[in-house]
Amino acid sequence: MIPPSFDYIAPKTLSEAVAALGQENAKVLAGGQSLIPLMRFRLASPAVLVDINRVEGLSYIEEKDGWLKIGSMTRESTLEHSDLVSEKYSLLADTAKVISDPVVRNLGTVGGNLANGDPGNDHPATMLAYGAEVVAMGPNGERVIPITSFFKGLYESDLAPNEILTEVRIPAPKPHSGGAYLKLERKVGDFATAAVAAQVELDAQGNFASVGIGLTNVGLTAIKATSAEDFLKGKAATDENFHEAAKLAAEAAQPIEDVRGSEDYKRSLVRTYTVRALRLAVQRAKGG
Amino acid sequence: MSTHHISVTINGKAHEADVESRLLLVHFLRENLNMTGTHIGCDTTSCGACTVQLNGKPVKSCTVLAVQADGMEVKTVEGLAANGKLHPIQEGFHEKHGLQCGFCTPGMMMTSSALLEQNPHPTEDEIRHAISGNLCRCTGYMNIVKAVQYAADKMAEKVEA
Repeated sequence: MIPPSFDYIAPKTLSEAVAALGQENAKVLAGGQSLIPLMRFRLASPAVLVDINRVEGLSYIEEKDGWLKIGSMTRESTLEHSDLVSEKYSLLADTAKVISDPVVRNLGTVGGNLANGDPGNDHPATMLAYGAEVVAMGPNGERVIPITSFFKGLYESDLAPNEILTEVRIPAPKPHSGGAYLKLERKVGDFATAAVAAQVELDAQGNFASVGIGLTNVGLTAIKATSAEDFLKGKAATDENFHEAAKLAAEAAQPIEDVRGSEDYKRSLVRTYTVRALRLAVQRAKGG
Repeated sequence: MSTHHISVTINGKAHEADVESRLLLVHFLRENLNMTGTHIGCDTTSCGACTVQLNGKPVKSCTVLAVQADGMEVKTVEGLAANGKLHPIQEGFHEKHGLQCGFCTPGMMMTSSALLEQNPHPTEDEIRHAISGNLCRCTGYMNIVKAVQYAADKMAEKVEA
């Protein structure tokens, strides 16, 4: 399958890339691991591809000013092998390991995984659980978008057609924090049947100081399970409370029946995986 | 539509060409250069039969535009053997019967030889993880894993010697 014809440019600077996106029906080419297949299936047919792989300075992972800052063109494989991520950001490390397959992760990027707006992508739920922010560059400069207002619908994000996602920022976890991402996939490389991201912080008594829960592929966008989070805040990290929160998370899910399973099956999966993700996140927060 | 002049080093040899922007790297290799060692399997970024190394990293060449490879180094299965001698990974697939139909083999070898460059002594789990984006429908993977282990041992011997 061959994509329809398009113009292609590969600018070296961000400002040139933003300017190029001003053309009609132009689209950013990041890792290309979703966009190129979509073009080959002719589900996407941009008139111009603006390849940002040659723009310098968009690939980095660094802790600064209380945030983990990740350049949008950072490859998933780089995240997967980052010592900093493995040591301090277990939710992100878990996520990076299960995105598509290892060969795809050599090209797939963090920014692309978010900007694509596919509810089956894994970073959206993870970033919702972390309470991340994204930075976008447009013709009028930079703006910061809280992740909670980034996903607008199926394949729709808050980005304007001429904005480029440049950075993702995750709040550096406080002491006694931990996270986990649990994904059920039929085979390596498949999208999640459902997946649950959990990030928790415990107080001195071992109660929840903060909780973030994100759900993958059970709605038109990734879902932040707010009622489950609110329920847990201030409560003890017990199995009973995990189960109660998991019920609320399953209610927040809006799955549809497809080849991966029925609506009931997916809700039940969300419930089970929420319990397990919370259990593992708490264990990690306690240093286990 | 746009046409672009690209320079790509493939298996150590410089190639120049004018390519249409929509030309996929795998088609550039197979059709423009007649290098048919790289296979097209699923055409949906799932199977890994078309895996080549781009600047040393395995990628699915059906999901990269030829124009994106401009200025880069590509290694294909044709570049594994050197001076008339098989690469240890090729020897491994031969010795351990790591294939039946052979369709996935070039991709398997490009992924696993890249693994061995990064991690010369992988565990069985690490090998299975590394090749999890390359599908084989014949072998059940057992002998592929053995082939990679054979190559790791062979390469270690060479280093010691």
